[in-house]
Amino acid sequence: MSATILTWSLVGAQAMIGIAILATVYRLVKGPRAQDRVLALDAFYVCGMLMLLTFGIRTAASFYFEAALAIALLGFVSTVALAKFLMRGEVIE
Amino acid sequence: MISDVDIPVAVAVLVAACVLFGAFLTMVGCLGLARLRSFYLRIHAPTLGTSFGVLFILAGSVLFFTVSGGRIAVHEVLIMVFVSMTTPVTLMLLARAALYRDRAARSEELPLWARNPSQAGAAVVDVVSAASETESRS
Repeated sequence: MSATILTWSLVGAQAMIGIAILATVYRLVKGPRAQDRVLALDAFYVCGMLMLLTFGIRTAASFYFEAALAIALLGFVSTVALAKFLMRGEVIE
Repeated sequence: MISDVDIPVAVAVLVAACVLFGAFLTMVGCLGLARLRSFYLRIHAPTLGTSFGVLFILAGSVLFFTVSGGRIAVHEVLIMVFVSMTTPVTLMLLARAALYRDRAARSEELPLWARNPSQAGAAVVDVVSAASETESRS
């Protein structure tokens, strides 16, 4: 019973996160300017991290957690680097 | 798989509610990102996912692994701390970069208060000084 509840609710949650990812991809492709694409990439990273976490609950395995943590770290670094690039034209001065 | 794990129905319902609500908030935030009109409106939308979306999904995950593992699992708190600390930093940097670029391009998307440098607040003066610094350097 509890496994059924969890399985179906996690499928629903993954569908909603999938819609969220599609929305960020739409913004990533459409633009219109570079800052919109960077913002969409940041949101895309967070959605991907949440998708991995729901996979982790669904398979009851804890190794998805490490992947999610790595994605959170890389998302921060990449967004900061891209924002710095938009501001200055170069990342490391 | 999840069918091998035996947890009480009440806990399963709670985990399901947390995960569904968190995913719903993330979806609403990202749909806002796709639909809103200007960049300065859009930058607010995905923070719904990065604050309470992440919080609720991680709460569900903590609850699930605590009950199924038989010990307190708090390693998900690490992600929550990290995401809630880094999101404001990245979005502030991105907003200032966008403000600088829009001012340089004299874009129509620029908010009204940021158009005239003489009436602008301290943040804009800061951006302007950063811009002139870049110009003098190049």
